[in-house]
Amino acid sequence: MTSLHLQHLSKHYGATQAVQDVSLACTSASRVAIVGPSGSGKTTLLRMIAGFEHPDQGSITLNGQTLAADGKALPAHLRGIGYVAQDGALFPHLTVADNIGFGLQLKGAERQRRIAELLDMVALDQAMLQRWPHQLSGGQQQRIALARALAQQPRLMLLDEPFSALDTGLRAAMRKMVAQLLGDAGITAILVTHDQAEALSFADQLAVMRQGRLIQSGSPQQLYSQPADEATALFLGEAVILPARIHQGKAECGLGTIAVNNSQFSGEARIMLRPEQLGLELTDSAQCQAQARVLECDFGGHDSLIDLQLPHDNTVLQLRTSSWNLPSPGSMVGIAVQGRAHLLPA
Amino acid sequence: MAAHDSPTSTAGLRRPGRQVPLWLQGSSLLVSLLALLPVVFIVAISIQTGWNTVVQLVFRPRVAELLLNTSLLVILTVPLCTLLGVTLAWLTERSTLPARGCWRMLAVAPLAVPAFVHSYAWISLLPAFNGVSAAVLLSVIAYTPFIYLPVSAALRRMDPALEDSAASLGLTPLAVFRRVTLPQLKLAIWGGGLLVSLHLLAEYGLYAMLRFDTFTTAIFDQFQSSFNGPAANMLAGVLALCCLGLLWLEAGTRGNARYARLGSGSARQMTPARLGAWTVPALLLCLLSGVLSLGVPLITLGHWLWKGGIEAWQNDSLWPALQQTVLLGLLGAVLTVLAAVPLAWLSVRAVSRLQRLQESCNYITSALPGIVTALALVTITIHYARPLYQTIVTILLAYLLMFLPRALVSLRAGIAQAPAELEQAAGSLGSTPGQALRRVTLPLAAPGAAAGLAMVFLAISNELTATLLLAPNGTRTLATGFWAMTSEIDYMMAAPYALLMVLLSLPLTWLLHDHSKRSAGR
Repeated sequence: MTSLHLQHLSKHYGATQAVQDVSLACTSASRVAIVGPSGSGKTTLLRMIAGFEHPDQGSITLNGQTLAADGKALPAHLRGIGYVAQDGALFPHLTVADNIGFGLQLKGAERQRRIAELLDMVALDQAMLQRWPHQLSGGQQQRIALARALAQQPRLMLLDEPFSALDTGLRAAMRKMVAQLLGDAGITAILVTHDQAEALSFADQLAVMRQGRLIQSGSPQQLYSQPADEATALFLGEAVILPARIHQGKAECGLGTIAVNNSQFSGEARIMLRPEQLGLELTDSAQCQAQARVLECDFGGHDSLIDLQLPHDNTVLQLRTSSWNLPSPGSMVGIAVQGRAHLLPA
Repeated sequence: MAAHDSPTSTAGLRRPGRQVPLWLQGSSLLVSLLALLPVVFIVAISIQTGWNTVVQLVFRPRVAELLLNTSLLVILTVPLCTLLGVTLAWLTERSTLPARGCWRMLAVAPLAVPAFVHSYAWISLLPAFNGVSAAVLLSVIAYTPFIYLPVSAALRRMDPALEDSAASLGLTPLAVFRRVTLPQLKLAIWGGGLLVSLHLLAEYGLYAMLRFDTFTTAIFDQFQSSFNGPAANMLAGVLALCCLGLLWLEAGTRGNARYARLGSGSARQMTPARLGAWTVPALLLCLLSGVLSLGVPLITLGHWLWKGGIEAWQNDSLWPALQQTVLLGLLGAVLTVLAAVPLAWLSVRAVSRLQRLQESCNYITSALPGIVTALALVTITIHYARPLYQTIVTILLAYLLMFLPRALVSLRAGIAQAPAELEQAAGSLGSTPGQALRRVTLPLAAPGAAAGLAMVFLAISNELTATLLLAPNGTRTLATGFWAMTSEIDYMMAAPYALLMVLLSLPLTWLLHDHSKRSAGR
């Protein structure tokens, strides 16, 4: 298992602090996703791991080998780390075969065989080999770039938003293929993306960055249900955030009394529930924990968006629900809460 | 898992090198300072001459007359060149004109004929051909390719979706051209127009032969009669000011909007406009421009070559002239491209304010007519570096100063073909920086460098003014040899020189044409 340690990494360009004191350990994960809005420093972080940029401060260690420390760095070509850029960065003056074989030391028939094998791995037709990069579609270019990087048998594969230029359908398929492929080859991958859905589905370790800082890292499930702050909560998915009074592990809020995942805290705070924790009860509304008035229903085919107002304090919240049997505006519905609420740190 | 506690290896760590090597910065700065020589010369000589003498030499009827002639030439020629260039470009790129490939070649071909060979062809055909109308006609013939090339490249690059959108918004085809197409051509037209104007101001041979006085011809006459007098220098100063004025005018009116295609993916193929009944007039226009710009020189040349027969080729100085031209051209081209490498590299990979300043130094000097640069180098070498006066060093330096931007433009395009991302990709695949340079950057930049070499070689092999002033005694290039013959009205003996110059330029012209096609993504 690959172990990568980033310690107190910082990097600035002129007056801009691109990455600020980032420490991250990836020891047991085989797929790491670094996610954050554009300009959050995630790509700079990735480029420092690749060796294209050198950190001002901090160190990078891979499997016990120091890649960068004390302002010194190992040049990219000695790192044995694969890199797939956003646009593939295929060499325009080389054919597909020569692109894939660029880093291979093999000669003659053996080289041809290896190139064909790599092309097979990324599920492309052998007829592709004599084509030129400009004759390929975006998805094909990405696959070739991946095959080219795989040829090195890298210790670590860095993926810099490689799917962002692809169509939605192709994107999911590519993501699945890459995850499968790297898993089979036993190569640890780090994916940088601004797309939270992509990050959640790809990773078994997730790191959230914002404004050059690492906000939180952990398993996708953990980050989704226990985000470090409100911004992270909203970045990772839809959330219902309510003010509450907390006492002895119970929150008093617009939805009544709900269990929270923190029994120490006591006082005023904000709590977060994921919308899927809230269920609508149309018939037996009086039996439910809380009641709400339906303000508006926005029909959306498979599921619909309902605006609800809590009579308790007139808070408005939005729920996505099955389009089957929608309540009419103005009617009262019951809300059933499942599981515990997450206490957001102040 | 426990890797963090186990001993770590720190082998192979290096201090990261400077982003931009110092020698690169230094050499580009040196080249740019050299480029300032002519400008410094003009300023220094004006101060030395003293204000009263300057006023006396500049504010006199002769200067007014030259100014009028030169302005008239620019004001009449540039719009005509633009009209013809844009029309030809549109016809050959966007319409259903038959045999478009053929007409494209014909539109660029006049570049292979040096301007003073054009005038030779016309004057030996029509000896009474002179005055402003003759000068304008020949200028339009010789310089329209400078507009045609960038405009046709821009037309090819343009996204057809823009014109489709305009049409769907209810614009007639003519309105689409005026409101969508033409604004996108503005940069190309302005750039080409500037190039044409600067050539008009700098050209000597063409106008001298037509006996049409411009600043350049007047400076040359002055230099020949009084050598290095203040009169010639002051005229050169006024000429330099005119050029700077043109640069300023272009920069001020060009606007800074960049009309790039937004969005990724390749543009859809253009549907050519149907000419219908206009096909015949369009063909006639192309034919007329072809006959005037190529037919006349070819017929006249053929005539004199036929008349001269084999004897004209048994001229003792013809073959040495060819050798010297090729030698000077090659030396100058290699030197200029090498000098342009640091500047081009910095302008692509490490843009900074200092680098932009350096680039503008080079552009300003190359915008100055050859005669100004030559005059500056004559004066400087005579006064401060006598052993260098009229040596190959001086003439090569003049070529370097005059033609550096040509090398720069092509080189920069070449280096831009190899972005840093590709070098980094090579690095992540195990290539050392040296290997990445050899396997990725050089192959990608080589076509640009080759085009730069070709452009400079073409320019040097047709250069007349600076060569006449600066070349070592006894040097005879094809251009100066041709000039000596025509000055003696020996049109027959001049013909082989002209033919050799045209033949030498032909492959390079074709290359230029091909390069513009490919840089437009064809």
